[in-house]
Amino acid sequence: MRVGDFAYGENSYQLDSKRYNEYVKSVTPQTSTVKSLSHSFAIGGFTCVLAQAFYELFAVILPNQEPDMIGTYALMSIVFLAILFTGLGFYDAIGRWGGAGAFLPITGFANSMAASSMEFYTEGLVFGTSVKMFSLVGPVIVHGVLWSTVAGIIHYIIMLFI
Amino acid sequence: MRTTVLHKSDGCEFVNDEQSSVIIDTVQDSRVLFFKNAPILSGTMSVVGKKEFLGPLGEHFDSVKKDPKIGKKNFEAEEIDFLQSAIIGAIQKANLSLQEVDFLICGDLLNQLTTSNYVARNLKIPYLGLYSACSTMTQALGIGALLVDSGQCKNVVCGVSSHFATAERQFRTPLEYGGQKPPYSQWTVTGAGATVLSSSGQGIKLTAALFGQVVDLGVTDIANMGAAMAPAFVHTLSQFLKHTNTIASNYDLIVSGDLGKLGSDIARTLCLERGILLGQNYIDCGAIIYDNSQKTYQGGSGCGCSASVVNSFVLNRMKQGMYSKVLYLATGALMSPQSCFQGETIPCISHAVLFEA
Repeated sequence: MRVGDFAYGENSYQLDSKRYNEYVKSVTPQTSTVKSLSHSFAIGGFTCVLAQAFYELFAVILPNQEPDMIGTYALMSIVFLAILFTGLGFYDAIGRWGGAGAFLPITGFANSMAASSMEFYTEGLVFGTSVKMFSLVGPVIVHGVLWSTVAGIIHYIIMLFI
Repeated sequence: MRTTVLHKSDGCEFVNDEQSSVIIDTVQDSRVLFFKNAPILSGTMSVVGKKEFLGPLGEHFDSVKKDPKIGKKNFEAEEIDFLQSAIIGAIQKANLSLQEVDFLICGDLLNQLTTSNYVARNLKIPYLGLYSACSTMTQALGIGALLVDSGQCKNVVCGVSSHFATAERQFRTPLEYGGQKPPYSQWTVTGAGATVLSSSGQGIKLTAALFGQVVDLGVTDIANMGAAMAPAFVHTLSQFLKHTNTIASNYDLIVSGDLGKLGSDIARTLCLERGILLGQNYIDCGAIIYDNSQKTYQGGSGCGCSASVVNSFVLNRMKQGMYSKVLYLATGALMSPQSCFQGETIPCISHAVLFEA
């Protein structure tokens, strides 16, 4: 009997997707949790240190400003850097290495918006950039508005009874 | 019952499988189409981008375009240029002029077959557009061979292309987005391949083709396309071997399209389970087009992957006499970005063509 000959039985007419998916799951390589966590801690931590450094710097340069304003300037600076790095084309490399650390709300948000704007610029400023700019960050805005509204309502109800 | 570590790559280890083989549902057996007036592969051409050129097969490709936009204003225009230069190159290699080509059969990955349609506009040859995801090349070759075999056409040119930037934008996220890819994902090949099938001449013949059925074993992860497509490959391969009454070692080379390293390992295991031993004579274009240092995880994908590798590396080796019988099965995952978000599984297909020197 040749090697190719057995295995074509009549009983082979049934779908066996569940077992196949279990098998696929068992052979598919997964990312190492320790590695991802340490990478994202490094990148996320570095971003925070950088923002703090900007804060201290602005506090020295602009001694008359309110602390809140200085904080805003620091955030604007790291957002600017994130967009600049996206435009220069190496934020995606940082993101690939840093994972969730590079996905930090403010720099990740800036990167997503800048990446979409650049990508769809070929369709023009209105139908490309303007329409597609929020294609990746839309959920962040929607859920930001939704859950802050919910939080506001809960706060209002609690304050009625206090 | 059996403990097999078949092909350990990039940290994927195979577990002991103590159960019987995974079964794929079939209503009607696929039909192998044998060509009496077997068409000759008179011209072949492959064009690739820089990353593919830097890979292990770099020196084998006919032409390389190193600038990612080659002076065009967007990536779509560049993909059109890729496919057009591959098709014109193949026609020139066959010593034909555009007037002598009866049909242009081509496809790509983009919505509405943008690339192929614009290439057809530029070339002004009667045109058939095909979409079969990454298996478009074998589908085009099969249909082209039918047209030539019927005696109605003298020369038919088949071509496909894919481009990393355009595919990424359509199926995934913008290029500069700093997201992580899972370690089982693949990298879309930037490249194009074209083949001219002629009714007369000397050279490699396309003697048989088999159009496969859609196989869906319920894989839902859009990044894990190798695992989704492996059953389709195995099904088409087993059907082909069954109906031609051959075994895998009868072929000098069995080429799969773009299963990637993980997908080809799964395919080897599934084949072994049903008694098909894929040994040294099996290669996967996706697994060999990049090396590990190029950060492509499981290797290449996209219809340009197998088209460029087969049209340069494999067919050149056949011309040199290293192989005389090559079975080429490209596999395609027929999902859309919408269907994946709607919770649908990934239907996959594989078509086979047989080259004989």
